[in-house]
Amino acid sequence: MHAGIIFLLVIIGSILFHIFTPWYWTDIASNWKGMDDTITLTFWVGGGVFVAVCLFMIYCVFRYQHKEGRRAEYKPEDKKLEKILTWATTLGVAALLAPGLIIWNQYVNVPKNAIEVDVMAWQWGWQYRLPGKDGKLGTTQVRNIADNNPFGINPDDPFGKDDIMVESDVINLENNRPVKILLRSVDVLHNWYVPQFRAKMDAVPGTVTFYWFEPNKVGEYEVLCAEYCGVGHYAMRGGVEVQDKADYEAWLGEQETFEQLSARYEKLNVDGNKLAKK
Amino acid sequence: MSDEYDNNKSYQAQSSEVMDGSTGSVNPDIDYVRPSEIGEQELYHPHSFIEKWVFCQDAKVIGVQYFLTAVFTGVVGLILSWLMRLQLGFPELAGFMTAEHYYQFVTMHGMIMVVYFLTALFLGGFGNYLIPLMVGARDMVFPYVNMLSFWMFFVAVAVLMASFFVPGGPTGAGWTLYPPQTILEGTPGAGMGILLMLISLSLFVIGFTMGGLNYMITILQARTRGMTLMRMPLTVWGIFTATVLAMLAFPALLVSAIMMTLDKVLQTSFFMPTILKAGEVLEYGGGSPILFQHLFWFFGHPEVYIVALPAFGIVSDLISVHARKNIFGYRMMVWAIVGIGALSFFVWAHHMYVSGMNPWFGFFFATTTLIIAVPTAMKVYNWILTLWRGNIRINVVMLWCLGFIVTFVNGGITGIFLGNVSVDVPLSDTYFVIAHFHMVMGIAPLMVIMGAVYHWFPLVAGKMLDEGLGKWHFWITFLGAYSIYFPMHYLGFIGVPRRYFEMYDSPYMTSAVGMNEFISIAAFIVGAAQFILIFNIIKTLKTGKKAEQNPWKANSLEWYTSTVPPEHGNFGDRLPVVHRWPYDFSVPGAKEDYIPQTTAPSEVIHTEVEKT
Repeated sequence: MHAGIIFLLVIIGSILFHIFTPWYWTDIASNWKGMDDTITLTFWVGGGVFVAVCLFMIYCVFRYQHKEGRRAEYKPEDKKLEKILTWATTLGVAALLAPGLIIWNQYVNVPKNAIEVDVMAWQWGWQYRLPGKDGKLGTTQVRNIADNNPFGINPDDPFGKDDIMVESDVINLENNRPVKILLRSVDVLHNWYVPQFRAKMDAVPGTVTFYWFEPNKVGEYEVLCAEYCGVGHYAMRGGVEVQDKADYEAWLGEQETFEQLSARYEKLNVDGNKLAKK
Repeated sequence: MSDEYDNNKSYQAQSSEVMDGSTGSVNPDIDYVRPSEIGEQELYHPHSFIEKWVFCQDAKVIGVQYFLTAVFTGVVGLILSWLMRLQLGFPELAGFMTAEHYYQFVTMHGMIMVVYFLTALFLGGFGNYLIPLMVGARDMVFPYVNMLSFWMFFVAVAVLMASFFVPGGPTGAGWTLYPPQTILEGTPGAGMGILLMLISLSLFVIGFTMGGLNYMITILQARTRGMTLMRMPLTVWGIFTATVLAMLAFPALLVSAIMMTLDKVLQTSFFMPTILKAGEVLEYGGGSPILFQHLFWFFGHPEVYIVALPAFGIVSDLISVHARKNIFGYRMMVWAIVGIGALSFFVWAHHMYVSGMNPWFGFFFATTTLIIAVPTAMKVYNWILTLWRGNIRINVVMLWCLGFIVTFVNGGITGIFLGNVSVDVPLSDTYFVIAHFHMVMGIAPLMVIMGAVYHWFPLVAGKMLDEGLGKWHFWITFLGAYSIYFPMHYLGFIGVPRRYFEMYDSPYMTSAVGMNEFISIAAFIVGAAQFILIFNIIKTLKTGKKAEQNPWKANSLEWYTSTVPPEHGNFGDRLPVVHRWPYDFSVPGAKEDYIPQTTAPSEVIHTEVEKT
C-alpha cells in the first residue's frame, strides 16, 4: 500500500517539477525554434506515455495486491491487444520522427545567401576568418600555419589574399543574416557551441565540417566547447556579438585582411633585420 | 527451430485433449518427451581447495567469482563518482582535485561501470550462474575455457586498476577514448595510462569471447529434454541474445583498441590526421578520427543492449513470479528481444549526429533508432500487463522491478529525444545526455541487478535476505537516484555541457548551483545506501533465516535442483525433463498457483493449460 503511494508521489512530483522548474531553456536567439518545438511535442507525447504507464502500474499495485487464495488471471496472450498497442506506438513514434527529420533537412541544407565564417579551433582557443570582397575563402593547409599565417592559407591562392582575419576569440555576426559556420581544428576534436543558437557540430582535424543558423537577437553570447578536448576543455570559451547591419559593417571595416597581416609581419621582419644590422 | 515448433504444436493438441476429455481416459502419450540425442556430460570434479574455489570449473562458482570481481570494480566506480560529484557540487571542498584528476575519474568511472561492472555482472555473473541451471544442464559445455574466461577478466581488471599507479595516472580521455586527444599530450594519462586501458580492454574482449562461446553453445546444445527454445525463461533469452550481440560487437572494440595502440606506440596513422601541436607538425597524417568513432559505436551501441537485454529478461521473470501471473505475450517478448538485438547493429551513428560525419546519415540513423522504440515499448506494455489482474506480492524483489519500470520508461522516453536527430542537436554533449543514459542503462539495469540479488540469494546461499533492510535499501536507492537524474535533464536544457571541470561564472551554471549541490548530496546518500546490501548479505550469511527449497514458488528449473544451494552437477542423478514453459502461474484447475516446468501433463489433468 505504502509502495503505491510513494510511487504515485514520485510521478506527481515529476509533473510538478516540470511545471514549476526554474531551470529551462535559455532564450533562443536563432532560427532553430523548430528544434524547441519538436522537443516540446516530444515532451507532451513522451511525458504522456510515461505518466500513463506509471499510473497504470500504480493502479495495478493498489488493485491487485497479493491476497491469499486469490488467483491471478491466466491469459498468456492477447493478439488483438498486442496488435493495437504495436500500431498505436508505431504511429506515435512516426509522428515524433517526422518533424525531427523535416528540421534536420533544413539543418543540412544551407541557404544560398549564408555568409561563411571559418572557425579554427586548437587546444584551447578559437579564432575566426571571413571571406573578403570576392566572397570566397582561400584554401588552407595545416603545414602552412605560422605566426604570419594563423589559418595556413595557401600563399598562391588568389582567393586567400583578401580573407578577413579576426584576431580575437570573439566573432561579430550580422543580425538576421544566415551564417554557415565552417569548422576546422589543428589538433583534436572540438565543438563550437552557443546554447542560445541551439546548433552545434564537432570540429574534426583533417576535415572541414559545417552547420548553419540565423542569429535573430542582438547581444553578446558565450561560446562553449562542447566536445571533450583534453584537460583545458572546460576553459575553452569564446564569444559572439550579434549586431545590427550598420554596427556589423563598421566592425568589419576595422578588421585586417590576410594581405595586410602578411605585410605587417614582413615589415616587422624588415624592421627587425634593420635593427639587427645596426 | 522448425522441429521445435512442431513439437510445440503437438503438445498444444494434447493439452486441449486434456481439457475436452477431463472426465475421460488419459492419452498414454501425453507425457512423451523426445529422448536425448547425446549422452551426459562428464564433469571434472575438483580434488583440492584451489580447484574448488580458485581455478574452479563449476559455472556456479565462476559466476560468483565474476559477480564479486565486478562488484569490486563497481565499488571503485562508485567512489570515483563521489569524487566527481564533490567537485561539481562543492568545489571548495575538493581543493585537492585538479582538472587532470577530474577527467581521469570521469573516464575510469564510465569505463568501469559500463564494461567491467555491468557487462561482467550480467553475462559473467548471472549468465554463468543461471544458464546451466535454467536450461537443465549440468554445467557449461566447456568448463575449462569458462574458468580461463574468468581469470582473463580478472587479469583485465588488475591491469585496469594498475593504471591508477603508473606515472601520469590512468587515462583521462573520456570513456569513449576519442582520438586524437586520447593519445596526445594535453589529455591526462596519455602515456602509460591509455596503453594499460587498451591492453585491459583487449584482455577483457578475449576473456569475454571464451565465456560467450560457452553461454551460446550451452543454450543451443545442452538444454535438457523437453526444453525447447520457446520454453526457455526470458532470462536465458535475454542473456543469449546479449551474448550473440557481444560476440559480434566486441571485435570492433578489439580492432579499434589494436589500431589505437599502434597509433600510440608505432606512430601509425589509423585515426590520426596531420596535427599541429605547440607550433610543430606531428609525425601523423591521413588518418580519420571519425573512423574510430564508427568502430567504437559499432561496439558501443550494441553494448547498451548487451547490458539491457539480460536486464529485460531477468525482470520479466521476476515480475511474473512475484505477480503470480504468466508473463504476458511471451512470444512477443522473445521476438522483441531478438528484434531489438538485431536492430541494435543499425543505430550506432545516432551517437554521432554532431560528430562531423556526413550529415545525410542522420536521416537513416534517426529512423532506425526510432523504430527500435517500438519493440522496446512492447516490452514495457507487456510488463505492466503482466501486473494487471495479477496477484502481486509487494516484496523487496517486486519493488526493485517497479523501480525498474519507472526509471526505464523515463530513460527510454528521453532516448526518443536524443535519437530524433534534430532534437539531439541542442541536447547532445549536455547534461541531458548524462541524465538519459544513467537513467536507462545505469539505474534501470541496477534496479534489476538488485532485484535479482534478492530473488536468487536464497538459491545461491540457502538463506533469505532481510526484507526490512531490503526495503530501506530500495527506497533510498530509488528515490535518491531518481532525484539525481530527473532534475539533471533540466541542466541540459539550460545548455550546460558535460565533461566540464568547472563553469566559472557562466550564466548557465550560476543559475544551477543549488541544483548541483542537491544532486551531489543525493549521490553521496545513494552511494552510501549500497552498503546496506553488503551489511544485509554479511548479516544474513551469519544469522539469516534458512531458505526452504523454492521459497518464491517459482517454476523454472533452477529451483528444482537436488540440493540448495545446488552442488556441482546441479541436478543429482537424473536431469530434469521439461513439460511446459516456466510461466504456468495461477492456472485454472490447478491445486497450487504454480506448476513447475518438470510437472508432466498427466499430473495436472484438470488444468486448462493454454500454452505448453
